Amino acid sequence: MADEIATADPTSTPTEELEKLVIRFAGDSGDGMQLAGSRFTDASALFGNDLATLPSFPAEIRAPAGTLPGVSSFQVQIADFDILTAGDAPDCLVAMNPAALMKNLKDLRQGGTLIINTDTFEERNLAKAGYESNPLDEDSDLLKGYRVIKVPMDELTKEAVKGSGVSGRNVLRSKNFFALGLMAWLFHRPTEPTLEWVDKKFAKLPEVAEANKSAFQAGYTFGVATEATKNTFAVKPAALRDGTYTNVNGNTALAWGLIAAARKADLPLFYGTYPITPASDVLHELSRHKNFGVRTFQAEDEIAGVGTTIGAAFAGNLAVTGSSGPGIALKSEAISLAFMLELPMIVINVQRGGPSTGLPTKPEQSDLLFSLYGRHGEAPLPVLAIPSPSAAFEMAIEAARVAIKYMTPVILLSDNYVANGSEPWLLPDVDSIPEIEVEFATKPNGPDGSFLPYMRNIDTFARPWAVPGTPGLEHRVGGLEKESISGNVSYDPANHQLMTDTRAWKVANIANDIPPLEVDGDEDAEILVLGWGSTFGSVRAAARRARNDGVKVATANLRYLHPMPRNVDEVLRSYDKILIPELNTGQLLKLIRAEFLIDAVGLNKVAGEPFKVTEISEKIMEMVK
Amino acid sequence: MTSVDYTRADFQTDQEVRWCPGCGDYTILASVQMFLAGLGRPREEFVFVSGIGCAARFPYYVNTYGMHSIHGRAPAIASGIATTRPDLSTWVITGDGDALSIGGNHLIHALRRNVNLKIILFNNQIYGLTKGQYSPTSEVGKTTKSTPFGSVDYPFNPVSLALGAEATFVARTLDMDRNHTQEMLQKAYEHQGAAFIEIYQNCNVFNDKAFIQLTGKEERTHNRIDLQHGKPIVFDGGAKAVVMRNGEAEIVDSSSVDPGAILVHDETRPDPSIAFALSRLSHGPYGPTPLGVFRNVERPTYDLEVNKQVDAAKERLGSGDLNKLIRSHGTWTVDANSNGSA
Repeated sequence: MADEIATADPTSTPTEELEKLVIRFAGDSGDGMQLAGSRFTDASALFGNDLATLPSFPAEIRAPAGTLPGVSSFQVQIADFDILTAGDAPDCLVAMNPAALMKNLKDLRQGGTLIINTDTFEERNLAKAGYESNPLDEDSDLLKGYRVIKVPMDELTKEAVKGSGVSGRNVLRSKNFFALGLMAWLFHRPTEPTLEWVDKKFAKLPEVAEANKSAFQAGYTFGVATEATKNTFAVKPAALRDGTYTNVNGNTALAWGLIAAARKADLPLFYGTYPITPASDVLHELSRHKNFGVRTFQAEDEIAGVGTTIGAAFAGNLAVTGSSGPGIALKSEAISLAFMLELPMIVINVQRGGPSTGLPTKPEQSDLLFSLYGRHGEAPLPVLAIPSPSAAFEMAIEAARVAIKYMTPVILLSDNYVANGSEPWLLPDVDSIPEIEVEFATKPNGPDGSFLPYMRNIDTFARPWAVPGTPGLEHRVGGLEKESISGNVSYDPANHQLMTDTRAWKVANIANDIPPLEVDGDEDAEILVLGWGSTFGSVRAAARRARNDGVKVATANLRYLHPMPRNVDEVLRSYDKILIPELNTGQLLKLIRAEFLIDAVGLNKVAGEPFKVTEISEKIMEMVK
Repeated sequence: MTSVDYTRADFQTDQEVRWCPGCGDYTILASVQMFLAGLGRPREEFVFVSGIGCAARFPYYVNTYGMHSIHGRAPAIASGIATTRPDLSTWVITGDGDALSIGGNHLIHALRRNVNLKIILFNNQIYGLTKGQYSPTSEVGKTTKSTPFGSVDYPFNPVSLALGAEATFVARTLDMDRNHTQEMLQKAYEHQGAAFIEIYQNCNVFNDKAFIQLTGKEERTHNRIDLQHGKPIVFDGGAKAVVMRNGEAEIVDSSSVDPGAILVHDETRPDPSIAFALSRLSHGPYGPTPLGVFRNVERPTYDLEVNKQVDAAKERLGSGDLNKLIRSHGTWTVDANSNGSA
């Protein structure tokens, strides 16, 4: 029965074609809004739209029901062209309860569509949300200027799931599917992907599958039957580059990239970690793929997470540890050891709002200087940053390449926006991804059959990787300063100077082995907007907007924060004005000023949310005025 | 398995050993090198990982693979080696400060997981490398540089701690007794899983004669309780015996009890309670103190279980296919020629 809805005819209501559309699902954290949002997204992805998502959820698993802190939301922008962000202001807001309305209404654009679950608007919930009067009352002004669709979703869901076998409190758990069904009608989304997903997901709980499909259908037919709006909306598929796409978030792409890197290096992958938001999903994803030879180690703490990783690196694995800011702080001493040992490994930091526990579920870029300098002693490490969810795949492979080739730990920066946001990804031809060359030492390299663990490669200055089990290469490494070449403990002053300089030089030299900073935009631009990491999309979208207003703008995104590409100095000096937007208080700005003596201008935000495109475009306009 | 003819010298390095003259560490180093030579296994199979402290210099002096790491973290680093390389024999060298203070968490978790590691704790009941502060095994009242009025800090009993963490192999020995040390090393080596050996180690500079009750010619005859599997626990030339009363181990005059009441040592007992009771006979080396294997039981080892899962997944799903992996969330195709998406 539920499967028939795909044939329901929504055409009786006129359709308005849109180029792009921003939708936000908002409800209590128990209302299943992340699921509704991601289903809407997947249906849109399979339909062929370009898209970008921005999930937002509370740090608490279940904050008290109906309260403002308990509101969870999921925003997605879909378009018929290549978009770059999840959008600034929603065109349509689904509010499942008063708290969701209270928290999200301010973001809805004027004239936008508001879909409200009226059944939750009773006194207690209104009070919890801080409403003194019911905004749904006829005489209320609160919803003026929006197109409001009032739907008694609780009642209709209850009615719809009768006979499914689901009962009691579980009945209302299907109401997100009711909302999703209504949205599918309103925005001409294909229904098959959702129905198929439900069948697959709840294969072992057929009654739940039935209830969800029935609720989805009821939502859809509610739209058809009541002609809930004067017109529906459609967004055509985007004219994306030819190829096969999937919709992927940053944590998943990162995990897949690590697996691919291990394959390309022909090494077993080891991931030593301790659960922490928002990095845990990397562990979850990797732990599912043991058939790729992946070993995950959920350690007793952050330090053991990096400790096991150092051990695994010594033992000959592609060794990776991952965490977020507070966890990286705990790993700091061990990362300096890994630097001293000159072992290849990757340290992933999925940044979140800080300091301390800060805003665990919100994005921020405030660990840049910490990544560059947050170690004791002189310990400069390569630092790479991921610009967008799908780019996590290639950046993971690049981090592995650098780590192995140069025998060094590499810090790979992500953040909560990249990690949980998703976008269509043009799938690469994995066979054409270059192999990562691994050269384990197999023979003595010194006089009289001796092994010299700090005899370096003449080009890369990497020391040999001799793994335990290799006959004749028994050697000892450690945190004490080592004599150049022999690797014996050395307290010699000149040797410490030499080794400190050599380690730094080895890492600085990587600049010769990375692509130049790419500049996008107008040749004769009067302003360069320079970003790093997850501001990539907002910066480019802002430049587009400014261009529409007649400004000549160029943009660039630094994927290599240390060492920087060789051409950065030249690029920066080609522009009169440089704007650096960051989700911190000006860390790259400080670096650029210090390294290049260039008076760039910062645009800084630490509000637990990504930049709105308008925030950056307005700053551009202000600067070129 | 091929056996290699080694002598102790094959496990010595060209590095000058730099412990204080008279340090118990020299004796332990010799015992370990002799034990390794006796095994006849190739040198490259062994990895020694240490943390920080006097004992932690140990790997520099053993001609195998080795890592001198950071304070307290050796069990974690060694866990990464042992988990990914079950073909190796991975050893941790640690001290009372390293293992029980800063690294206490890693120690108990390595033991609980039963990672195939051999953890050798050199217990000298003092901080040597930082020049003489009390340690987490120093006795209450100990006067040191950091406790001029005596320590008020209650110490750990390392064997009790290991048993509390449900270690599958727990033993105690003495630096001076090379034969006993090598016997314990051999048993730890043969044990599948985490093995914990506490070695009472004399620091002749900052805590000399801490173990005199067990090493002094006269004292040791009265105080050394040698645990031997399957044998009644008697000591002091047979004059004293250990019995269980009210769930506690108790020392009695042998003549005062029926010989059948004397506790027969069973290191393979699955429940660690009696082993724990034995560990409580002394809270430190200050009177009659058991030496030998307290516990030696079998339990699945973490490293082998992890690798079993990997093998089972490969068996079931085949060695992973990257193309399938990146398409596993559903895909769509854009083809401009066919005008739109499929």
